[in-house]
Order: sequence, then structure tokens, then C-alpha cells
Amino acid sequence: MIGKLTFSTIEPNSGLQAALKMGRVDIIGEVATSGLKGRGGAGFPTSVKLNLAAAAQDKTKYVVCNADEGEPGTFKDRVILTDHADLVFEGMTICAKAIGAKEGILYLRAEYTYMRSHIEEVLQKRREANLLGDNILGQQGFSFDISIRMGSGAYICGEETALIESIEGFRGEPRNRPPFPVDTGLNNNPTAVNNVETLAWIACILSKGGEWFKAIGTDKSTGLKLFSVSGDVTKPGVFEFPMGITVGELLEEVGGEGAKAVQVGGASGHCIPQKDFGRAIAYEDVSTGGSIMVFGPQRDMLEVARNFMEFFVEESCGQCTPCREGNAKILECLDMLDEGACSMKYVREIKGLCETMQIASKCGLGQSSPNAFLSIVEHFQDELMGRTE
Amino acid sequence: MLVTDRERLKEEIHAWADQYGHSRTALMPILQEVQARYRHCSEYAMQEIADLVGIHPVEVHGVVSFYSFLTTEPQGKFVVRVCQTMSCDMAGKDRVALQLVNDLDIDFGETTPDGMFTLEWASCIGMCDQGPALLINDKVYSKVTPNQVHDIIEECRATYGVHALQKEGH
Repeated sequence: MIGKLTFSTIEPNSGLQAALKMGRVDIIGEVATSGLKGRGGAGFPTSVKLNLAAAAQDKTKYVVCNADEGEPGTFKDRVILTDHADLVFEGMTICAKAIGAKEGILYLRAEYTYMRSHIEEVLQKRREANLLGDNILGQQGFSFDISIRMGSGAYICGEETALIESIEGFRGEPRNRPPFPVDTGLNNNPTAVNNVETLAWIACILSKGGEWFKAIGTDKSTGLKLFSVSGDVTKPGVFEFPMGITVGELLEEVGGEGAKAVQVGGASGHCIPQKDFGRAIAYEDVSTGGSIMVFGPQRDMLEVARNFMEFFVEESCGQCTPCREGNAKILECLDMLDEGACSMKYVREIKGLCETMQIASKCGLGQSSPNAFLSIVEHFQDELMGRTE
Repeated sequence: MLVTDRERLKEEIHAWADQYGHSRTALMPILQEVQARYRHCSEYAMQEIADLVGIHPVEVHGVVSFYSFLTTEPQGKFVVRVCQTMSCDMAGKDRVALQLVNDLDIDFGETTPDGMFTLEWASCIGMCDQGPALLINDKVYSKVTPNQVHDIIEECRATYGVHALQKEGH
């Protein structure tokens, strides 16, 4: 990790202590003031999610931490859970207080099984310190505990309804939305599913105030964000930057000057060519869950597109036709391009198919999987067409 | 499978069901335990679990076949998963993969005849800043070079079975 993260400057449990003195409305109000949006990539306003879950009248509610970090190029949650697991659990406890939940679940991807014993230890220490369990820190009637559920190697389970299906013991196939999990989630109870990083920021915001967070970043994309940087850079790793940083500024910080293109947002994100390095990384411009993959001048962009499409063909759950068949068709087109045997007419046909996938796929996977292909075709068409061996 | 082995498997599944619950929400944890201990979820195990949580065995099979870390066929004692996603690809995963094929003498998707190693591709394992990376069971290996592959394999062998017992002085 490079530099000091804000997470390490926060007084432990100061956010939770502040929240314990506040009512539900005020806690959610503080998050609303901050303007925090989901840090997993989708960018849904966190306070709206909490508000909906809090408004539900059900007796049983859940707080779920989505630690199924599977987007190619993303590893910030691995670092957060290794170095700042306490802060994540503090954020979960604050959410529990805000929505009235007694039970929390951390859904950890199978690839991170090696972290489990460390996380269990952190949870146990929090129980011993009465930061979890009955009557937390002496507050009568506020009880909350967290258990761990493991994934079994499925990217799609990072989609919140697929994640819930998985916990319930089903294939990780996304549900139709609405109803949303905040209304009909785990075991049909209201469930607030949040990304690891989002939860850690909630704890920071309750500690330092919503205004502090809001003052950083842009109007529509407030606050700080962790970035997972990999590829052709001199300093790969996890970085913290304010939202709204341009691609070019970020490249300077990580030693990636001279890059030919940057994939922002992982395989489901967009490929940004050099001429667009002035664009801002923010929800209103180039959105990301934090994945930054840098491609140097020597990289073959067709190989990049093919690697991403192989990923989606493998990881599509196969439930809906546009995604199951569409991804395979895009990959086939890339193979044809590689062999120098693809007409421009066919490329255009596949672009049309991409549009269908974006509109007709059931979940975010199929809706966003054509992004990489489309942006690479748009910006590097010259590299793709008329190939010879 | 010997009757005694079956009995043991059945007892263990019952114990896991007591621990995790006799409902469908317990399905994944029970299957994960079976997979970890027996390196696959056999038909017998799936039937037994189905009876315990009160669903049809086809439902259990549907779940097992969905997740890449659950299998119906026995895997090796060490499952080697090589990250094939872009960052590890740029860092040189192909050479590491080739050396694994050479040193294990199997292709991807296969298990060595002695049942020690299974070689598989994996989607991004979250080690993009330290590629090429691979997982062997629950352990991560990062910045792997082709000439380390032999030692990594031998290290695994040394932690298993008779070799490990000799080391511990049994």
C-alpha cells in the first residue's frame, strides 16, 4: 500500500460511539450529508439504501457486507479486510443501529479463505469488548452480531441479489429487481447490502462528520475513494484519491505515464484511450469500483478485449439469453478479428448485439459486459481490423 | 466406497447439519465442508444432504454444478488455480502456466494420476498488483516466476502424507 489511508487515522470506534448517541434519522442524515455513494461500483446513494431499509416495518432485518470482490483488477477490499477489518465491522454495526438489524453477515469470496481466521479473530475481540453482542457498549436493547459466510468461486455473487441467493443455498442467479433487497432481501426480510469500502467510509463519516466528506471530491461524487492499480505502472497497489481525479493525474501518481490506454472499472468498465486522459474518475464521468488497469504502448488491445470476454463467458450465470449467448458471440467476433477474418459489417452487427445486451440483460453483468469491447472497438479499431499473422 | 467410509461420511454430514442447521440456508456451508474434507461432493453425499435439508437431490446437484469451487468429481489433494485475468496475464502468467503443465505433466482441468494435484484456471483472485498469482488450496503465491514452480510443487508434497509425518518426527 502506498501512503497512509484515511482509514488508519480514524480513532477506533469513534464513529460507533457517535452513532450510539444518535437516533436513526440523525445517523442516516449524517450519511446523506456526506453524499456517500456505493463504493462497489454501482454508485447507489448509501443513505437512500439505509433509509429504505430503516423504513421497512419487519422485525427481522439484515446488514450484509459484500466482500465478494471479483471484478478483474480490484483488490482494495482485500487490503481493507487485512488492515482495517475493525472499521468495516464498525460500519456494519452503525448500519445495524440505523436500520434496526440484529444480524450481520460478511459474505467473503472463496479466493480470500486465507483471511478468514484473521477476520474471525477481529470479530471475537469485538465481542469481548462488547462492540458486538447484546446491549452494545451498554446501550440497552441494541444487540447485533456478525457471522461469516463463504462464497464458492462465482463472480456473479458480487451482484447483491445473487449474493443473497447464494446465502440462502441456491445457485447464484440474480433476481428480478424490484423488489429490491432493502425491501425483500435475505429470507424475504429487508436487507442492506453494502460493499466493504462503503461500510468503512460510513464509520469514518460518523466519526468526522458528513460535511468533512462532502468537502472532498466533486458535487456529484463526494469524498475519497480507494483505487486498485495494476498493469504497466511502476507502483502497483492500493491508493487513496479524492473522487474527480483525472485519469492523467492518477497515472502520474502511480508511475503510469506514457500509457496507451487505461481500463477504468475492471472488465465491466470502460477502456479510456490516451486522448481522453483528461476525463475525471467520478460517477458523472468515468465510474469505477476502483479498478485501474494500465496498458503500456506495447499492449495488444485485441488481447485485452479477448481476456475480458473470456472472463464474461466463464462467469455469466447463464440464466438469461442476452448475456449467456451475447458474451460468447462477442468473443467469437474477437477470435475472427484475431484471425483477420472479420468484416466491418459483422463488427457492426455485434455492436448492435451489444446494445441488445445492455438493454435486455437481467443484471449488471450482461448490461455492462459489452462496455470493454465497445470502447476498445471505438478507440482502437485501426489496431483490430485487417490483421495478418 | 466401503460401507464404513459411507457411515463415516454420513455421520459427518449429520454433524455439520447440526452445526449449520437443517434448512436450505445451511446448504452452502455443508457442501463447503464436504468439498474441503473429501475434495468433491459425491452423489451419495448430495443425496444425504438433500434428505437432511428437505430438498430434492437435483437441487443440491444444481448448486454444486454452479460454483467453481464445488465439484462432483474428486480433485487432487492440492488444487492449483492460476489466475488468468488481464493483470496477471500482462505480468506473465502464460509462462508460469506452461511450467506448471510441464512440471506436473498434466493439462489444465486434469488431476495427476497419484491424486496429488489438480490444475485449473481461475478468474481474478484479487492479487493483480502482485501477479502472476496462483492459489494452491487456500494459500496464495504471488509474483511467481517459472523457475519457482518446481519448488512450489515440492513444498506442497512435503506438507502432505508420509513426508510430513517424517518431518514431524513420527
